[in-house]
Amino acid sequence: MTAHTHANCENLLSSLSEYIDGGLSPELCQEIEKHLTGCENCRVVLNTTKRTIDLVQQPENQAAVPEDVRERLFKRLNLDDYLKPSSR
Amino acid sequence: MQPDISLEALIAGDRLEFARLVDAYSNPIYRLGLRMLGNPQDAEDVLQNTFLNVLMHISEFEGRSSLQTWLYRIAANEALMLIRKRKPEMDLEGVEAEGSAEDVIPSQFVDWSALPEEELLSGEGKRTLDRAIAQLPESLRIVFILRDVEGLSIKETGEALNLTETNVKTRLLRARLFLREQLSAYYRERMTPQERGTK
Repeated sequence: MTAHTHANCENLLSSLSEYIDGGLSPELCQEIEKHLTGCENCRVVLNTTKRTIDLVQQPENQAAVPEDVRERLFKRLNLDDYLKPSSR
Repeated sequence: MQPDISLEALIAGDRLEFARLVDAYSNPIYRLGLRMLGNPQDAEDVLQNTFLNVLMHISEFEGRSSLQTWLYRIAANEALMLIRKRKPEMDLEGVEAEGSAEDVIPSQFVDWSALPEEELLSGEGKRTLDRAIAQLPESLRIVFILRDVEGLSIKETGEALNLTETNVKTRLLRARLFLREQLSAYYRERMTPQERGTK
């Protein structure tokens, strides 16, 4: 496997998160997009990083409190009177 | 979106409002406990201790951060304390948390991002993701959970964890690249040569 150490690639890598989160200036975004056009590896890193974040946020990957855990929690907090079935 | 909870009512001891707060934040706090500790019993402890703490200290809440950020700060502290109890040898500020983002250099360049949802969200895909998150050092994992799982801003994540925004950004990038690398290694093995070659 070739190490991904080209100087422009390293610059992109350090700005990758902020680029994904939309926190960079238009000038920097333009620079990154220019680099991405010519660098397949960086495009792959960008696509797969975005997809990784997206997967984590899918409802299928988000656990919810089981009903018995919720019941014990309400009892521990002396909130039994408000223990209606969860609407979730 | 943050639910509409009245701080005044909470401080005044309004139990219905407290029950609303508990229901609004039980899921994310339970998830945080589950991701940080890795088992349902510890996650339940984090959940209970967090709200017991809130109940005890709500009158001291000064509003320097949002109520949500304050809740996450308590939950994160509870989780980290429990980890220290379980693994006393663990140095949470250890070397893995520091260093620059650039030392997580990608080595996997297969584009699996267009694989079908049913494969990425299958039982095995989910387990792979869970395992990868569990392998993150705790100090990176907590940042990743608050920012990418629960959707706090960089600023809120920093406030909840007492970290500078620069520190949050560095840890977040390292966490994201680490997970990307793990998932890439996994999906690489599952793609056909054609799928790998055409990307």
